[in-house]
Amino acid sequence: MSSDVTSAYLRGLQNGLPICLGYLSVSFTFGMMCTENDLPFWIAVLISMTNLTSAGQFAGTGLIISGGSLFEIGITTFVINIRYLLMSLSLSQKIDPNLPVPQRLVMSFGVTDEIFGVSMQHKGKIPFAYFFGLMTAPFWGWALGTLIGATAVSLLPDMVRSALGIAIYGMFLAVIIPPARTEHSLAWVIVIAAVISCLFYYMPVLNRLSSGWVIIICAVAASSFAALKWPVKDEEEEA
Amino acid sequence: MEHGYNYAYVLIAVAVMAIVTYIPRFLPLTFMRRKIQNRFIKSFLYYVPYAVLAAMTLPGILYSTSSMISAATGMIAAVFLAYKDKGLLVVALGAVFVVFVTEQLMAFL
Repeated sequence: MSSDVTSAYLRGLQNGLPICLGYLSVSFTFGMMCTENDLPFWIAVLISMTNLTSAGQFAGTGLIISGGSLFEIGITTFVINIRYLLMSLSLSQKIDPNLPVPQRLVMSFGVTDEIFGVSMQHKGKIPFAYFFGLMTAPFWGWALGTLIGATAVSLLPDMVRSALGIAIYGMFLAVIIPPARTEHSLAWVIVIAAVISCLFYYMPVLNRLSSGWVIIICAVAASSFAALKWPVKDEEEEA
Repeated sequence: MEHGYNYAYVLIAVAVMAIVTYIPRFLPLTFMRRKIQNRFIKSFLYYVPYAVLAAMTLPGILYSTSSMISAATGMIAAVFLAYKDKGLLVVALGAVFVVFVTEQLMAFL
């Protein structure tokens, strides 16, 4: 391994630590939910390690517990996760066009809201080693949190568990706020998306839409508006 | 709750979930190799991460802890620290710390 690759990997690993922390607390809840419904701990961990997603796997597992049909499970999970199409497409523009397929397949597995959000902060092209480093800690955090939640349901005091719940959102804010201080278009995107998201949460009828669709609607509406009003300049090609 | 699971069903369901989760993740990333030239699409994709994360943060953050009051104080702390450009870990842990302290204080009220 060249020192460039190593340092990119380590940088990714470091940036992934806050995501890992947030994931530990969320997956802990997932593990608990499985155990409370008599699913063996190894199935809970298997789900976390093969799905590596929050909303989709909670919903899918809920359907398994209630004995839903495979079709229903597949459609529900897919709809919630359709937003990854958008992220995967954004990411495809930020990597080396010659990156081989195996690396692309590995990166794809790590496309979560949080890993994607942090990776897009990378200046210029995202090296594979960086992205791989970035997804490492969150992956293990997600698996480990599930295992702990499923096996030792009452290990963490409630107060700590409750406080950890906010970690992931703190990280989101740390990603979106600093660049929005100087770029007003970004501030508007954030406000518009947040307002639409709240509308879909609080308004009757609208709040029946699944969270996956809500995120897609927010992303498409806010980003299209900003793209029309403040098209990005062409010079941010390569850094 | 008592469940007698059919493990073949559970394992196939898990596989279905894993596959349909992976499909939207790998399709564009694997097959989209050319640079998008269209300025609107480029701009759109530039704004997507901010929109996605903002939509996930609100109102979700308000329900991320055991009370909306502690969540709101944690959110204010996080916004403040993020505005000061304090880095991911400091912002995340700062928010956790403020929520923890707020909930300890609330326990006395």
